[in-house]
Amino acid sequence: MANLDAAFSALADPTRRAILARLALGEATVMELVEPFELTQPAISRHLKVLEGAGLIVRRVEGTKRPCRLAPTAVAEIDQWLGMLRRALETNYDRLDGVLAAMKPEK
Amino acid sequence: MSKLTLKTEGDRYIVVTRRFGAPPEAVYRAHTEPELLQKWLLGPEGWTMPVCISELRPGGKIRYEWTDGKGDGFHLTGEYLELEPFSRIVHVERMHLPDPTPDNRVETRFAPDGDGTLMTMRMTLPDAETRAAMLATGMEHGMEDSYARLDRMS
Repeated sequence: MANLDAAFSALADPTRRAILARLALGEATVMELVEPFELTQPAISRHLKVLEGAGLIVRRVEGTKRPCRLAPTAVAEIDQWLGMLRRALETNYDRLDGVLAAMKPEK
Repeated sequence: MSKLTLKTEGDRYIVVTRRFGAPPEAVYRAHTEPELLQKWLLGPEGWTMPVCISELRPGGKIRYEWTDGKGDGFHLTGEYLELEPFSRIVHVERMHLPDPTPDNRVETRFAPDGDGTLMTMRMTLPDAETRAAMLATGMEHGMEDSYARLDRMS
């Protein structure tokens, strides 16, 4: 989850807010961010490092590239977990329906 | 088939409801008797519960052990706090993944509903670390099996 203090200071910079807006459209590499922002690659990399440190973006390794994307928000993560719980419960309770139906003749 | 509802209550609790086509006594027994629990409280397809301990009294121990039959598994321990046959169970549980998750207090109510039962279960929303550990147990992959099974049935 994002560290709130670090997140707020990261968001105080307009370039970093613009980078987040770009990443909201989908994953991008440093080179793909250099062009629209007309900044040098080291400057973009510095901004990305701040965003990553604040927990606002995550990066993966793909060969020599390290594409970045928005970090899943806490809300999205809870939704994912609740979805898993719901599916697990639905599966179990559907099975329980069968168990209860089989108990009836005993009565 | 009765639909399950799942809602968050504030940011700390989860409330689940489900209707069953059997009286409260049967649903309560299916939630507390090992030989019945082992038939349904299983999770993904292929998983079994070879160990099921349910000491049905306040303070009594709960221990469920699950295995996928291929070397993976985990277990849950807990204690019954309050038992009101056949209408209410309060228990505390924790999963061992393998580190124990924080205690989850669960209250389950069984109310007569026509010729069936309306079950209401209130549990604590686990913290972020616990949720991540639970998502990582491989339950997700198992859930895909369940989806596949549902697809075959429909």
